[in-house]
Amino acid sequence: MATNAPLIEVRNLVKHFGSVIALSGVSLSVHRGEVMCLLGDNGAGKSTLIKTLAGVHKPTSGDFLVEGRPVSFQSPRDALDAGIATVYQDLAMIPLMSVTRNFFMGREPVKGAWPFRRVDFAYCDAVTREEMHKIGIDVRDPHQAVGTLSGGERQCVAIARAVYFGAKVLILDEPTSALGVAQTSMVLKYIHQVRQKGLGVIFITHNVRHAYAVGDRFTILNRGKTLGTYAKTEIAIDELQNLMAGGKELQAVSEELGGMV
Amino acid sequence: MVDITQPVNAAPVGRPAQDERLKETSLLTRLMRRPELGALAGLVLVTLFFLATADASMFTLAGLMNILAPASQLGILAIAAALLMIGGEFDLSIGSMIAFAGLVFGSFVVLTEWPLLLAIAATFVVAGLIGGLNGQIVIRTKLPSFIVTLAFLFILRGLALVGLKWATGGSTQLRGVGGEAGEGWVREIFSGNAFEGLFAWLAANDLIDKFPTGLPTVTGIPVSIVWFVLFALVATWVLLRTRAGNWIFAAGGDPNAARNSGVPVDRVKTALFMLTACSAALVAVLTVLDAGSTDARRGFQKEFEAIIAAVIGGSLLTGGYGSAIGAFFGAIIFGMVSIGLTYTRFDADWFQVFLGAMLLLAVLFNNFIRRKVTGER
Ligand SMILES: Nc1ncnc2c1ncn2[C@@H]1O[C@H](COP(=O)(O)OP(=O)(O)OP(=O)(O)O)[C@@H](O)[C@H]1O
Ligand SMILES: [Mg+2]
Repeated sequence: MATNAPLIEVRNLVKHFGSVIALSGVSLSVHRGEVMCLLGDNGAGKSTLIKTLAGVHKPTSGDFLVEGRPVSFQSPRDALDAGIATVYQDLAMIPLMSVTRNFFMGREPVKGAWPFRRVDFAYCDAVTREEMHKIGIDVRDPHQAVGTLSGGERQCVAIARAVYFGAKVLILDEPTSALGVAQTSMVLKYIHQVRQKGLGVIFITHNVRHAYAVGDRFTILNRGKTLGTYAKTEIAIDELQNLMAGGKELQAVSEELGGMV
Repeated sequence: MVDITQPVNAAPVGRPAQDERLKETSLLTRLMRRPELGALAGLVLVTLFFLATADASMFTLAGLMNILAPASQLGILAIAAALLMIGGEFDLSIGSMIAFAGLVFGSFVVLTEWPLLLAIAATFVVAGLIGGLNGQIVIRTKLPSFIVTLAFLFILRGLALVGLKWATGGSTQLRGVGGEAGEGWVREIFSGNAFEGLFAWLAANDLIDKFPTGLPTVTGIPVSIVWFVLFALVATWVLLRTRAGNWIFAAGGDPNAARNSGVPVDRVKTALFMLTACSAALVAVLTVLDAGSTDARRGFQKEFEAIIAAVIGGSLLTGGYGSAIGAFFGAIIFGMVSIGLTYTRFDADWFQVFLGAMLLLAVLFNNFIRRKVTGER
């Protein structure tokens, strides 16, 4: 196994949904200890791309390599087994189930020998509390249904879960869209920490300042194609913002609103 | 801008055990969160009603066995139906599956003259395969399971009829299963009474009613009741304590979210369809061995009764929420009302009215509970 191969690499990835062409030839790579920001307009194909990496969609064509080896995930379970954990834009939480059951869904730790093998719920509760506390949310009661949590609290459960289970790569699809100031900075700190542990991170956001704060490289997606990949040293924050908008000139709007965009 | 060079604060360890934003959860609130609460309350109400109106003989040991024997056959189906409903699907074919599995079982015993154990095992395999087929069709076509299994309701009932006529040369009843099955430990697991020694001992020591000859009036517990109780216990444990249980709740709550989180949703659903079919096969084996014959009407409309018992037991029609022990209580309520009315001076045909009212109440109650649990969203 080549140790300097990227954790994840895709080349010329194409994804069609029937007649809809969501991705038409996207290339991207993430290395160890690197935060790759995936940027682009609404509908650019960011979520479709990361869902393909997470095993939800199968690519129509193109190469997908994990640590240099070609893979073909049949389900998100395969991706999780390969150490790729994802926070989806829609969070993938089940409202009727408790925080703990959601946290460990699909990855339940078990104890006991086979016919009596059971989930270690005491341990699960403790971990859930602990991990949620680290992210800055005090869970009132880990048995409370996720449906009763606020939108931001729910997002925090999804992030804490992915960070806890992500062994190699952490994918975050707009993880801070509903978060308060404190939780947002906590998530950015998390991303930084995860990078220091040597994981690769793919971070999707519409907030250029968040992207610039933690990103090492930036890949811009536009209408299902990569516009380009830039290292942080190559690009200034203003340029990045213009590229994110799909090249649309933001200057005029910005001036109209008194330079606040 | 956020200072990202600072490490994340270590979590302070000594935190208050109780959050100040949490009201002291009363026992009642905690009970309200359990889906089987409604069924338990219903059982208490129904019991009180019959204590007040029914002949005292209903609540003797013999009377209870009278109620529990049919309740147990329905209950085995209802528990499986509840698990499937929690997993987000329906199986309307279980009633017909009883007739079909009865035919398969009867044929293996009478026509091919296989040993009982082999015949039973083969019946379960056939039922499991058909259940798996149901599941695969539902998963691959993404059609509602309601419609797919409705098709199998007719297909299996028709096959049972045609098959019986073919096997018997024109009759819709296959006789002689009881005789061909023979005796032995396999037979004892699937028919007759359990704990006969215990009951004889209890009678000898004047602990239960006995005839003047010294024999107990109730010679044991029908094995179907033992199967029913064991199944309820195992299903409850699996649902609440195991990985498979968490997957069942997840698959029914939101199959997409579950799949994206790594739950093998398709495998879970297929297994549940196989389980409901096998529960029907178990009821077929139990009832055919008891009756000694099988006929094409066996299990008629049992699919609806099983779903009603599951709903009374607190399972949501929309999936993701429910209880196996609730279905257990639901089936007992069902048996108590259907048999209990014969102990009263009411016309036994009130049963259907009672049942419909019960179902309506249960659905309203479940809906209310669901909104409570999910925070009225
Ligand atoms: N399952 C699907 N079936 C058909 N079309 C789809 C499907 N999923 C995505 N698309 C289409 O693919 C395109 C890209 O969608 P995607 O969700 O990847 O955008 P995005 O970059 O994540 O946008 P946003 O910033 O709004 O989240 C959209 O035009 C969308 O309509
Ligand atoms: Mg998106």
